[in-house]
Amino acid sequence: MYRTHILVCGGTGCHSNNSGKIREAFEQQIKERGLDKDVCVVGTGCFGLCAVGPIIIIYPEGAFYSGLTVDDVPTVIEEHIVKGRLVEKLLYHEKALGNVAVKSLSDTNFYKKQTRVALRNCGVINPEKIDEYIARDGYQALIKCLTELTPQEIIDIVSASGLRGRGGAGFPTGRKWQFAKNQINDTKYVCCNADEGDPGAFMDRSVLEGDPHAVLEAMTIAGYAIGAHQGYIYVRAEYPIAVERLKIAIAQSREYGLLGDNILGTGFKFDIELKLGSGAFVCGEETALMTSIEGHRGEPRPRPPFPAVKGLFAKPTILNNVETYANICQIILRGADWFASMGTEKSKGTKVFALGGKITNTGLVEIPMGTTLREIIEDIGGGIPNGKKFKAAQTGGPSGGCIPAEHLDIPIDYDNLISIGSMMGSGGMIVMDEDNCMVDIAKFFLEFTVDESCGKCTPCRIGNRRLLEYLDKITMGKATLEDLDDMEQLCYYIKENSLCGLGQTAPNPVLSTLRYFRDEYEAHIKEHRCPAHVCKSLIQYKITDACNRQRVNEVNYGIGKR
Amino acid sequence: MAEIKLTTVTFKGTAQQEAELRKVLAEIKASEHPSVMTALQRAQGIYGYLPIEVQTIIADEMGVSLEEVFGVATFYSQFTLNPKGQYAFGVCLGTACYVKGSGDIVAKLQECLDLKDGETSADGKYSIASTRCVGCCGLAPVMTVNDEVYGRLTVKDVPGIVAKYRAMQ
Repeated sequence: MYRTHILVCGGTGCHSNNSGKIREAFEQQIKERGLDKDVCVVGTGCFGLCAVGPIIIIYPEGAFYSGLTVDDVPTVIEEHIVKGRLVEKLLYHEKALGNVAVKSLSDTNFYKKQTRVALRNCGVINPEKIDEYIARDGYQALIKCLTELTPQEIIDIVSASGLRGRGGAGFPTGRKWQFAKNQINDTKYVCCNADEGDPGAFMDRSVLEGDPHAVLEAMTIAGYAIGAHQGYIYVRAEYPIAVERLKIAIAQSREYGLLGDNILGTGFKFDIELKLGSGAFVCGEETALMTSIEGHRGEPRPRPPFPAVKGLFAKPTILNNVETYANICQIILRGADWFASMGTEKSKGTKVFALGGKITNTGLVEIPMGTTLREIIEDIGGGIPNGKKFKAAQTGGPSGGCIPAEHLDIPIDYDNLISIGSMMGSGGMIVMDEDNCMVDIAKFFLEFTVDESCGKCTPCRIGNRRLLEYLDKITMGKATLEDLDDMEQLCYYIKENSLCGLGQTAPNPVLSTLRYFRDEYEAHIKEHRCPAHVCKSLIQYKITDACNRQRVNEVNYGIGKR
Repeated sequence: MAEIKLTTVTFKGTAQQEAELRKVLAEIKASEHPSVMTALQRAQGIYGYLPIEVQTIIADEMGVSLEEVFGVATFYSQFTLNPKGQYAFGVCLGTACYVKGSGDIVAKLQECLDLKDGETSADGKYSIASTRCVGCCGLAPVMTVNDEVYGRLTVKDVPGIVAKYRAMQ
């Protein structure tokens, strides 16, 4: 037994900020001082508050130290560990509370309004040790499923919970599983979409880095429920830490008999293989993802047939997102009613958002559905830094839209976000302030989709390119109001005629900014002016009276001639 | 998809690399579902990039056309047909970094290194590649040089970072 645990965040954010070296320094110096029998140093997944990383938490006190460097390590050991005094100056200071030191993580505004289901183990356990997962009720849900429940009962529980796909589209998970179960076929597959392609979103990565076994366990349950014996996790190659931890987790599960030919002695057979992506946004689309697992260009194909009927290698397949799986074990253990008690009428449970951009507390937050955007941005996120004014929050990434200040009090759920022209998406939430030009943001997303369009269908390949040309013209001050109308028409044409979700949603960033920030588009067109001073080609057009007077004086009177 | 740039660098693969590649390809071929994409991932691990010579070996060994291999190699952004520089600069153009000004950082970096995004310098020392979300949005805007991460950048920081690598000859 150890008297003290030092938890060091090993998520990508803190890791990039040298948390690996901080952990090594603690381990080494604890050993040098002969404290290694009493003090245990643990590398964990993401704590969530990436903005103030690298973060460590010391238990049993729960002391929350932020922004550490390797040089701070001796002080923390000498003061906190040896003498038992909190190091006040290194504790996290909450600006909203008058910049006072906050002793523990749970006391911060950032955490108070959160409810952690999918992220329950992130920042709590060492993700590289299966025993720590098991100590937190890990694999209990699988045991319950294999020994007490029939496949149909499992699907009924998932359906009753109201869980909807967390990848963004929000399709009911139970219904998806039912379709696949109803297919009669000896070979079926369970896939996990871990190809988190929305630039600026890192929810799934944090789950994989912080709690990989939760995904493996849920996939095994899904396999039992639909009658599959093989699973695939399609994970972004850009996530080296997540890939490494998944590999370790799979190896440990096999060793414990929780994956393999005879799971828990029940005779049920299931195994999981990792498939690395290679950087293609369209592979987040389900049919494209499966084509990519097969090793080809990741191009989507028309549906039907739906994957539940004919998916990977032409066999019945279910594909769920990482966060969806991360909810499954808790639903099995705590019941459908418990899960359905959180959230709104049609969107149950919680949702994880990656909060980024012009916001004080950049990081990962998990909130019950129905929380308002204002609570996320002002209370949890700590507001906009540098005294700037909020302009919009972007959700849904390249498929979503910008939400203006007037809608800050709408409760967040799948249907509400669609009704205001955005979408839930996978959970990226980027906050923008008065210095961001909304035309430029629309152009940023269009450049992304044009680059990532697979080129298979014409509306997406050519339509989006034309759309980008309109935006280019506008940001250069060369467009007319007629162009604006034509552009809007083109948006609807692309939405209605594209083959897959990428094309069908690509114009959303343009449509939503047109809906709420039309005045900015018009300023670019009519006045050749970028109100946020972002569009560079328009800056040179700005001639003030002072310049005019100077020019008149030069020409007419030769005054001030250089 | 992005413009395809074919390499102008002469292929300098060794016999040892080729032997390793052929061994890997034999393993992949023997698996239940042989995948060209997996073959390319492994090949890039061996050579660092995917010149046409390597793609030809893959096509021959896997029994598929070179067109198919080329098609897969040019579809995914992680595959590169050009060798990366000794110092590979990457600038994150994910949304969180972009709204915090990473567009200006790429522009400054291109100016400092006198290279365009996606290019490698003639001496093979430097290359620039803009990337989509490195995943440390809390540090935005972010630039990477090989495994080193530089966060919370401003345009003013760029020349200093470039100078540091110029000095490391």
